[in-house]
Amino acid sequence: MTSTADQATPAVVDTVSLTIDGSEVTVPKGTLIIRAAEQVGIDIPRFCDHPLLKPAGACRQCLVDVAAPDREGNVRPFPKPQASCTMTVMDGMIVNTQHSSETAAKAQEGVMELLLINHPLDCPVCDKGGECPLQNQAMSNGRPESRFIDVKRVFEKPLALSSEILLDRERCILCQRCTRFSKEIAGDAFIDLQNRGAMQQIGTFNEDVLEFDGYEPIGVAAEDESGRAFSSYFSGNTVQICPVGALTSASYRFRSRPFDLVSSPGISEHDSSGAALRTDHRRGKILRRLADNDPVVNEEWITDKDRFAFSWQNLNDRITRPLVRGDDGELHEASWPDALAAAAKGLRAAITGEDAQGAAVLPGGRLTMEDAYAYQKFARLVLDTNDVDIRTRTASDEEEAFLGSSVAATGLGVTFGDLEKAPAVLMAGFEPEDEGGIVFLRLRKALGRQQVFTVAPFLSRGAEKLDATLLSTAPGGEGKALAAVKGSTAASEALKEAGSVIIVGERLAGSPGAFTQALALAKRTGAKLVWIPRRAGERGAVEAGALPGLLPGGRAVSEASARDAVAKAWGVDALPGKQGRGAADIIAAAHQGKVDALIVGGVTPSDLTSNLSAALERTGFVLSLEVRRTEVAEYADVVLPVAPPSEKSGTFVNWEGRLRGFATALKTDAMSDHRVLDILARELGVTLNTATVGDVSQQLGALGAAATKHRPAAPKIDAPKVDAKPGEELILASWHLMVDEGALQDGEPYLAGTGRTAVARLSAKTADAVGVKDGLVTVSTQTGALELPVVITEMADGVVWVPAKSPGSWVAQELGVEPGARVMVKGGV
Amino acid sequence: MTESDDVWKVNRERDGKSEQFVSNFPEPSAVGKVFAPVAGFGVTIRNFFKPTVTEQYPENQDTAMPRYHGRHQLNRYADGLEKCIGCELCAWACPADAIYVEADSNTPDAQFSPGERYGRVYQINYLRCIFCGLCIEACPTRALTMTNDFELAGPTREGLIYEKQDLLAPLEDGMLNAPHPMVPGTVDDDYYKGDVTQVVDEQVDWVRENRPEEPTLPENRKAESARG
Repeated sequence: MTSTADQATPAVVDTVSLTIDGSEVTVPKGTLIIRAAEQVGIDIPRFCDHPLLKPAGACRQCLVDVAAPDREGNVRPFPKPQASCTMTVMDGMIVNTQHSSETAAKAQEGVMELLLINHPLDCPVCDKGGECPLQNQAMSNGRPESRFIDVKRVFEKPLALSSEILLDRERCILCQRCTRFSKEIAGDAFIDLQNRGAMQQIGTFNEDVLEFDGYEPIGVAAEDESGRAFSSYFSGNTVQICPVGALTSASYRFRSRPFDLVSSPGISEHDSSGAALRTDHRRGKILRRLADNDPVVNEEWITDKDRFAFSWQNLNDRITRPLVRGDDGELHEASWPDALAAAAKGLRAAITGEDAQGAAVLPGGRLTMEDAYAYQKFARLVLDTNDVDIRTRTASDEEEAFLGSSVAATGLGVTFGDLEKAPAVLMAGFEPEDEGGIVFLRLRKALGRQQVFTVAPFLSRGAEKLDATLLSTAPGGEGKALAAVKGSTAASEALKEAGSVIIVGERLAGSPGAFTQALALAKRTGAKLVWIPRRAGERGAVEAGALPGLLPGGRAVSEASARDAVAKAWGVDALPGKQGRGAADIIAAAHQGKVDALIVGGVTPSDLTSNLSAALERTGFVLSLEVRRTEVAEYADVVLPVAPPSEKSGTFVNWEGRLRGFATALKTDAMSDHRVLDILARELGVTLNTATVGDVSQQLGALGAAATKHRPAAPKIDAPKVDAKPGEELILASWHLMVDEGALQDGEPYLAGTGRTAVARLSAKTADAVGVKDGLVTVSTQTGALELPVVITEMADGVVWVPAKSPGSWVAQELGVEPGARVMVKGGV
Repeated sequence: MTESDDVWKVNRERDGKSEQFVSNFPEPSAVGKVFAPVAGFGVTIRNFFKPTVTEQYPENQDTAMPRYHGRHQLNRYADGLEKCIGCELCAWACPADAIYVEADSNTPDAQFSPGERYGRVYQINYLRCIFCGLCIEACPTRALTMTNDFELAGPTREGLIYEKQDLLAPLEDGMLNAPHPMVPGTVDDDYYKGDVTQVVDEQVDWVRENRPEEPTLPENRKAESARG
């Protein structure tokens, strides 16, 4: 996998030369003075300036002395010091910073004195103390003595902007980084400057104070539980860029000091973007996570889920020692040798015993590439089966064919940079804000330069912020909708522009023919096609071949020569040739008692439409590899503890195909799944050779990508016509909101408080037909029912949308059906 | 015969006729020669007539100077609230890395110190402490001071890590043990300025309602002193 796609070809740029503090510097035209100074290593103090935000000139801390040539070419000094963060360079300009100009130094001291007038000196209780730009620059560029003797302005503190973000207004120096971030980057203007003069402050949006065109931060549906209007999924970034301690997070408030913390770089385990993180920990406990700067992936932003959801791995139900079910039917702690022996015995009986029906593996979609590789190798070498599937979500054979033919081992395809540059983007089965926060931020960066089309039942808030055009369809009808993008339709014309991108999400698997049509559309328009799954481990698992019909490197199980190639690399005679079963089929078979042993990785039963718990109960032997004692453990015969992402090293492959390797942040004795499987295989007499990350990457590297003849054929499935009509029986639409009740967000009440309230969305016509009572509807199937408040939305008729796993709306568990299925909807409860 | 044997031989010869030691002190007088055997007692006899400086430790404990850097103490305000806000500046200043602090938020149900923040964990490791006093200089609320107590020895390493309860100042008469609310109508600044000088009835009532067994409540103190 090369990274050449990201390297821009060096274009010829106009440059200008100027002098800063006596040093000659040549920079591209349009560069700000403050950036030019950075290039020659001259530090100018600043607060409001941020390289990823537009210049504001709000804090005035970066004043420098400037002289520039006038029309006749005579270099003449500006009468007063100028803000270097808003002024662009000119040829022949002479800049003197505080290092060489008394005037500039005095001006900066004056500004600092002014900023400190109302800044409370409560550094000892402030979270920013020790890593505070104001503290540091007051030392380096402020007056040594304070002349201020009056009473400081005080505000009530802290003001909770949401359950997670707290605002101390008196600490604020009005640099407006937070408001600019929320307007320019995230698109959620939830706070703004209020009032004027000495009482000017950052505050929650208040229409009485600020005439703002009747902006409603979250619309009718998106109020949080407290009824407070706040809705940004990216609010944590404002805490990180705040140059003082005005914005702090509730979860980190008063928890530690920067000098206590050990920082380790890492990669987010929450979505497929592979955002770079910094994990700060003290005495073996993670205290916070921050965005790391990775210009090609997440720039300096991460989602709130990446930032705040890390306590799941250290809750009370964390398992650190193996558990084995004793004769009394209870799980007991056991030594590793005993537990491995018990696991080996159970698995051996399932694969070699009399009338053995074999074993199957459900690794789950949150694993690293190394873990996924070990699971599939274990299944194929030890259990002699292709029944391994990471897709514990909506999945189809068509999707697998698509992944094998067009995704697996294709290297770095479409990148974040390509998304930003694309003149047109069409999304199908993918909600960027909810299912890939960093993708959303990149698309939003191109707002105004890019046409966005979304194939969905309605325009979600995220899509609305991207100014997207809706290609309305009921779930299941995505195939037909994609097929309709042809000829002279706006979307078709837009996609024909070079560099356009078609994004398909994992949810398209629930829509027959959609992947086929997406491939056809890409061919028709010349747009690039990219698959963006939701979970962090999905792309890595596709690369590693943890799918029933796919071997590592995109090789098809059905191709004998492909199997032989892998068998040769693994040093075995042959691999199982029988096509494996998908996750849903495995669970269905287990339900009928036709699977003797199941190995379950990080799978949450409530995420599945099929009743995994009942299936596990009917399976003879269940081995669980888990971080926490989950519901799976209730049915497991042996539970082996494995390391959570922060306690292991490995590689997530993000949707771009970029390898996002990360090292161990916290060193504990917890082992990765691939190492546990390696030991277990040895117990069963097979050398898996997956003990270390190095072993696995060596093998994956040696296997390489599949030859075209070894790949599965691209899918060719007809897209059905979906008939959605208002009535009692509606088509279910659903996806996971970013902040919901997913297993990796457990134990973080402050984050959960920023999640959106679960509502059912109906079009006005459909709602009329249903007969909404008291603003409520009941969505039901034979399995169960959801009772939710209704929000009338402009959307496709005959469709009801509910969030997939929000509080009070666990679709998979309660309804037992996937999006696209028909559900009964009644008014009232 | 080797060369080194030669060297040895030469040295032995030189040793044989080494010079006699001669002192360069002046020759003592005749009287001096008579008293020479007891001259050493002069110092002893002189000190018979000087005041005693010997410390009668441990019988007499009043030994440290007033500003002696002894064991630390975490002070309280007059109403019993803790002065420590958990800012960790002491830990930051400590050159021996002997102090460990974890802060937390005060809540209406558990207000340990004025303001929003208090020190939940406070440990000083006296095996590491070098009693330099930089920590008490760093303390912004004068929560941390040093006492004259220097008897810091113990049989275990764990025992020499003093926890918050070991370091907190004893509750004097009239003080009410934290947690309890601040004096109504005051903010943390009033505490810092020294405007809070005693416990008020609202605080006593709050503790009475929430922890009737609290030994520092006036009625419990009275009962305790009646019991003797």
